[in-house]
Amino acid sequence: MRYEAPTTTKEAASLIAGEKGEAFVLAGGTDLLVRMKTGLSDPDLVVDIKHIPAMQDIKTTDSGTKIGGAVSGSRLNSNKKLKKAWPGVVEATNLIGSDQIQGRATMVGNLCNASPAADSVPAMIAAGAKAVVVGPTKRRTVPVEKIATGPGRTSLAKGEIIESINLPKRTGKSGDAYLRFIPRTEMDIAVVSAGVNLTLEKGLVKTARVCLGAVGPTAVLVQKAAKAIIGSKLDEESLKKMADACSAACNPISDKRGTVEYRTKVAGVLAKRAAKIAFERAGGK
Amino acid sequence: MTHDQSFTNQKFKLVGSRVNRPDGVDKVTGRAKYGADAAAPGQLVALFLRSPHAHAKIKKLDTSRAEKLAGVKAVITSADLPDHTNGAQLDVLENCMARDRVLYDGHAVAAVAAIDRETAKKALKLIKVSYEKLPHVTDVDEAMKSDAPLVRENIFTRGVDPKPTKPSNICKVSTFGHGDIEAGFNEADVIIEKSFKTEQTHQGYIEPHACLASVGPDGNGELWVTTQGHYTYRTVCSALLGMDMAKLKVTSSEIGGGFGGKTHVWIEPIALALSRKANRPVKAVMTRDEVFKASGPTCSTSMDIKIGAKKDGTITAGSAHIRYQDGAFRGQWGQLGAMTAFACYDLKNVQSVGYDVLVNRPKVAAYRAPSAPMAAFGVESTVDLVAKAIGMDPVALRIKNAAKEGTRASYGPTYGPIGIGPTLEAAKNHPHMRAKLKKNQGRGMACGFWFNFGGQTCSDINISADGTVNLTLGTVDVGGSRASMSLICAEELGIPYDQVKANIADTSSLGHNDTTEGSRGTFSSGMATIFAAREAIEEMKERAAQTWDIPVEEVEWVEGEARAVGKKNDNLPPLTLKEIAGRAAATGGPIAGHNEVVADGAGVSFASHICDVEVDPETGGTKIIRYTVIQDAGKAINPDYVEGQFQGGAAQGIGWALNEEYIYGDDGRLQNAGFLDYRIPVCSDLPFIDTEILEIPNPNHPYGIRGVGETSIVPPLAAIGNAVSNAAGVRMTHVPMSPPRILKAIEEAAEA
Ligand SMILES: Cc1cc2nc3c(=O)[nH]c(=O)nc-3n(C[C@H](O)[C@H](O)[C@H](O)COP(=O)(O)OP(=O)(O)OC[C@H]3O[C@@H](n4cnc5c(N)ncnc54)[C@H](O)[C@@H]3O)c2cc1C
Repeated sequence: MRYEAPTTTKEAASLIAGEKGEAFVLAGGTDLLVRMKTGLSDPDLVVDIKHIPAMQDIKTTDSGTKIGGAVSGSRLNSNKKLKKAWPGVVEATNLIGSDQIQGRATMVGNLCNASPAADSVPAMIAAGAKAVVVGPTKRRTVPVEKIATGPGRTSLAKGEIIESINLPKRTGKSGDAYLRFIPRTEMDIAVVSAGVNLTLEKGLVKTARVCLGAVGPTAVLVQKAAKAIIGSKLDEESLKKMADACSAACNPISDKRGTVEYRTKVAGVLAKRAAKIAFERAGGK
Repeated sequence: MTHDQSFTNQKFKLVGSRVNRPDGVDKVTGRAKYGADAAAPGQLVALFLRSPHAHAKIKKLDTSRAEKLAGVKAVITSADLPDHTNGAQLDVLENCMARDRVLYDGHAVAAVAAIDRETAKKALKLIKVSYEKLPHVTDVDEAMKSDAPLVRENIFTRGVDPKPTKPSNICKVSTFGHGDIEAGFNEADVIIEKSFKTEQTHQGYIEPHACLASVGPDGNGELWVTTQGHYTYRTVCSALLGMDMAKLKVTSSEIGGGFGGKTHVWIEPIALALSRKANRPVKAVMTRDEVFKASGPTCSTSMDIKIGAKKDGTITAGSAHIRYQDGAFRGQWGQLGAMTAFACYDLKNVQSVGYDVLVNRPKVAAYRAPSAPMAAFGVESTVDLVAKAIGMDPVALRIKNAAKEGTRASYGPTYGPIGIGPTLEAAKNHPHMRAKLKKNQGRGMACGFWFNFGGQTCSDINISADGTVNLTLGTVDVGGSRASMSLICAEELGIPYDQVKANIADTSSLGHNDTTEGSRGTFSSGMATIFAAREAIEEMKERAAQTWDIPVEEVEWVEGEARAVGKKNDNLPPLTLKEIAGRAAATGGPIAGHNEVVADGAGVSFASHICDVEVDPETGGTKIIRYTVIQDAGKAINPDYVEGQFQGGAAQGIGWALNEEYIYGDDGRLQNAGFLDYRIPVCSDLPFIDTEILEIPNPNHPYGIRGVGETSIVPPLAAIGNAVSNAAGVRMTHVPMSPPRILKAIEEAAEA
């Protein structure tokens, strides 16, 4: 196995594109190294992206916030501005693993590992985040919901690397929130989860995005659920409509972590609770 | 010399104080050596090839390519192991290495020893096995059906009359009780009958099984191993491999948890066999996946409980039919469950029937008070239902029916002084019982019983020339017993705690000690330590008498020194232990005390637990709000570690009650062989677990000690079951009470 630590994204992309055997990007390694240790992956080349300066930045500009691909969960947590603007995205990322894992794990690794239960993903999708994808020859910007295509699968071509996640600029009264259900209090994988992002105008929900995790092969953006609360003050009736829309959008499996019925029901419950938190964070009453 | 075991109500100076454990610094600094921490020059790495099927015939097993791989020094299959057909150890060996059939997912079929892990991994891939899959069964109730696939073909149910002519998966039926249950149920005003299920759990010790084995061509062998009983490992391994017991030296490493799982051998005999074949030391360490699949978890169970009572709360009859699966090898787990089911109560009419059933799962091993927690879940849940039906407080109902001194236990014997009544009274009076509950919260309580055990023990005390003392023990320290034994030794000798250094001897340095199981450590090792110290004292009195030139009858031992008694001796200044030790070379040589004993009369143990739970009615999620353990310790030698045992049992019980379970697929394969999906509680899942130690002396121990290690895991399933049922407003009958099960029960109750 070869290990490379280039200093530009393009170089990293070229290294991977040029490798005949199996090649992996190494961000925090909290998925990749576990896979290697248990024999699920046996790469010929590992390209560490932590030495690429662009990957380590958190930058706020007029158009929003740009979070580098190698930024760890604990660095997100210590960024006060980001926490204020996108508390849901940060709390979702901070739910990953433990303190030790937080020191390493990245949002982008979470996204590219493409687990349907990945915690930061529904929050990013609800936030309307975009991924900046860099290949050996060109770069493109794609909505986060277009990255994962199924468990363990992404739409990235060989040699394509995500350089950053771009969160849109926050305007007016807005808030987001993410909740997951796990049987324990920590160190667990979401049985079902929900991220909600909304903005308010005159005390009513003006825009909203609702995204569910662990209820299908990829995170599910539920437009009907968003519609159910737009124009409302999150009264019981619209919340119930939203919960029902969430349950209807679920296409989960029964497995060791939960049943179809359970996930379907609790998806609605969590979406309701997350919506209430987001509403409160946006200053709604 | 024989010693009197009776309780003497001695006044203590040290016993009962809270001391640091002597192995503590090594453990927190990482210097302690566990099973995987030993290495030997030229050591090989052992890896196992395991069955991917729940049940299959091994049609062909070809290791020739693996054997030819450079770096492979030995390959072992059942063909390389001694033939124990019809022998007492056949099952043990067959579990370590499958013969012609694999009986569960993870059953070992071959093992290799190679110069490194990579080579061993490659070698495993070169072993070709062709299997013919056989029908399998993993559920205990399914396995009892007459058309169930047979796990073994030669099992005829024992304990039934007439003797069956057809084999079945039911290996044993055990019946206990007395009185006339039919008459008892006829007397009852209310009868509650309910069925319960509990899923299979693992002890969840953090340290996987690990050993370093070395056997030479001269037949001498050494085994460094993480175990609760290195003498037992020696007995079993030498029998399996045809070695001379005295020539196999087994050393127990520090142990990272066992809870019963390290009372049986798993990889150790095979590591020894590989070493013998390769003529090199062999190190074997299980992965976590292997620990889950191929060590010894506890049973899953299914049971029917029936209890009848009069309106005044008198229980008129109790019956239990309990079905426990033993995995693919015969055990006595259903029998133990039947024995413990009603042990807390004084019943006129009682019957419990235990079934031991084979399924295609790993061999069941002991898990802390093995079999008792599940039976207690069934019985204690039903007792709560009886209380509800007659409108009586559940604690009052239990107090009314509690066993006491003189009660004939449901499993046979008559009780001496016991602690069930006092623990229940303490529960009734505990402030926890009066604490306010909030919305969606519920309180439950339950009691539990465990037999406790004594067994064979021996200890040595050697007094060094500087007056410090080596205490040599052979009962493995799994819960801080070196601290307790040092306290006892220091108490008897009359010296400070830190002048005693306790060591666990290897099997060549001290006589046989039984495995640390059955909560026997402090009871039996404590007894041998007391008696050994008293022998050392006798010796020191002799030496003092010799020094003073007076008869030994005129010497007494007080506060760590020999004192001459009697008028004519009052000019003689006392001789301290240190002074006597310093002159030992001139007075007859080294000073020692020994004791060998079969410690009988381990006092039975009882506990009552109280638990508050909050249930989220929309998700079925639970949170333990408050937990209190009240248990009789007989005498708490080192209260910190008694409390630790109380808390540990409760913590494991909480995990078992709420989330831990073996999940099998339709293919009979284990789906969650790892700590991610086998959910033991993490720190933040648990509240501070409050404890109250009661001391009702065991009449059969000089200090009154009873074992404390196991009873604490008996009540939690039931206490939490009662609390969750009260919080959710629906009776939970299936453990673990995981969120999907709770939510389903709530929804079904709402629909009904
Ligand atoms: C103990 C433990 C607990 C965990 N708990 C959780 C949890 O609670 N919730 C949860 O969602 N996950 C959890 N995880 C999984 C893991 O920590 C997360 O998915 C984490 O976010 C992965 O990030 P990483 O930077 O470590 O990824 P890595 O392991 O470095 O990479 C993951 C995958 O993404 C690819 N990749 C990484 N960066 C890029 C990039 N820039 N462009 C293209 N591909 C890339 C890698 O090649 C690899 O295939 C846990 C893992 C462990 C070990």
